[in-house]
Amino acid sequence: MNRAKLRQNIAFTVLGLITLLVVVPILLVLYYVIRHGWNAITWEFLTAAPRNGMKEGGIYPAIVGTVLLITGTMAFSLPLGILSAIYLVEYARDTLFTRLIKLSVVNLSGIPSIVYGLFGFTLFVVFMRMGASILAGSLTLAIMSLPVIITATKEALEAVPMVYREISLSLGATRWQTVRSCVLPYAIPGILTGTVLSLSRAAGETAPILFTVAAFYLPRLPRSMFDQVMALPYHLYVISTQVPNVPEKFSFGTGLVLIALVCLMNLVSIILRAHFRKKKQW
Amino acid sequence: MVEQNAIIKTINLNCFYDNLQVLRDINIEVYRNEILGIIGPANSGKTTFLRALNRLNSLNINYRQKGVIVFEGQNTQDIPDSLIRRKIGIIFAMPQVLPVSIYENIAYGPKVHGIRDKHRVEQLVEESLKKAFVWDELKDRLKTPATKLSGGQQQRLCIARTLAIEPDVILYDEPCSGLDPISTAKVEDTMSLLAQSYTQILVTNNTKQASRVSHRCAFFLMGELVEVDQTRKMYTHPSDPRTDDYITGKFG
Repeated sequence: MNRAKLRQNIAFTVLGLITLLVVVPILLVLYYVIRHGWNAITWEFLTAAPRNGMKEGGIYPAIVGTVLLITGTMAFSLPLGILSAIYLVEYARDTLFTRLIKLSVVNLSGIPSIVYGLFGFTLFVVFMRMGASILAGSLTLAIMSLPVIITATKEALEAVPMVYREISLSLGATRWQTVRSCVLPYAIPGILTGTVLSLSRAAGETAPILFTVAAFYLPRLPRSMFDQVMALPYHLYVISTQVPNVPEKFSFGTGLVLIALVCLMNLVSIILRAHFRKKKQW
Repeated sequence: MVEQNAIIKTINLNCFYDNLQVLRDINIEVYRNEILGIIGPANSGKTTFLRALNRLNSLNINYRQKGVIVFEGQNTQDIPDSLIRRKIGIIFAMPQVLPVSIYENIAYGPKVHGIRDKHRVEQLVEESLKKAFVWDELKDRLKTPATKLSGGQQQRLCIARTLAIEPDVILYDEPCSGLDPISTAKVEDTMSLLAQSYTQILVTNNTKQASRVSHRCAFFLMGELVEVDQTRKMYTHPSDPRTDDYITGKFG
């Protein structure tokens, strides 16, 4: 074996080992949570409300709450985020105003989530008199997700070759027709990735829902958008630190359910991506 | 064969990118059903002129334009972009196909123009491919991705796609620059046959191609229109010495 080949093999081995290092913590976390939480996963745990100071029963209201919050967040942030990104990439000219918008979007993604929580509390809960409610919580989470959704959508749109737009426009399509049939279809996989990433983060956040929606203990299910709900991340926080003598497996079980929920969202997005990839042919 | 009636006319057309002037006072008439060749060295403004006609230049935010372009007796400023581009189609230098099937590539134009009837679209696809003389080659592969075709086939597919929007004028921006001689000959044959029903403008770096295909020829140099005349006359007795130098290969 000559020297160049040897060097290449060493480099590949080192790179491979480093990549492995990245995967190790993820696998460890999963292993740890599954090992300690698996015993907690029973039918009752998934379908019953907590009982006896949350030391018994299940986490059903928290699961429902988190699902409702993700749905609400999606309903507000998806149209708003995707449409603004389309405007910024396809329509807006490069002016001081649009630069200001782009700068704000980037800066928004750097704000700590507790600040979003306080902002949501002041604006939605107090000023707009929504009270602590699913609506207020979803709006707060939606605002927090917006920057990532906008940035991901922007990048996905910018990655679509300019030529496609020229072809479409040169055939007499309007700008909107071009965006709809010649740009968006090719950007959807990228948009999905960014969206699911930011929604996964929203699903696991505690700080933004702390003052805007999350209930400490509320065994009944919500009846409207203006009700409070329990949510998985906050429930996890509560039973791990605020209530004494909750079995350890309950905490890990709750964590496991949250991870599973996020994985399920990722799975759906992978299936959707594959579906859209099949439609286009490179 | 060439009717002396202008379908396109430019009056003092000046084009700029930022402060760089790329076209200077262009006054030219394009006659109905002629093939107008546009020759000239690189950076002489040929492509900018072509893309000014169907307003593709305006996609570049630094582009500015002065002067008037008249199409069918109407100032094009009064015509919406989508309509002018539908009337004046363009074939790009490199074959540019969308990453969908052959059929979908051609059906795209008619669909955005609101033709919903499936049979009408199918009919248009077939007619367009026949007019571009690729129907026999492609009729059994309409569902295959257009990207799988050879460069020459892709370029003729692009011609068919432009024909499907039923334009009056077809612009060609160095359509054969990436093609082999046989594909080039096929594209040139197609152009000659299309001359019966379409006005065509051919920008080319290949002076021989312009002499083979065009009825009249315009010579652009450094953003100015040096002369425009019958191709045969221009290639034998050009009225400007610079044209003579360029055609005979003294520079370019």
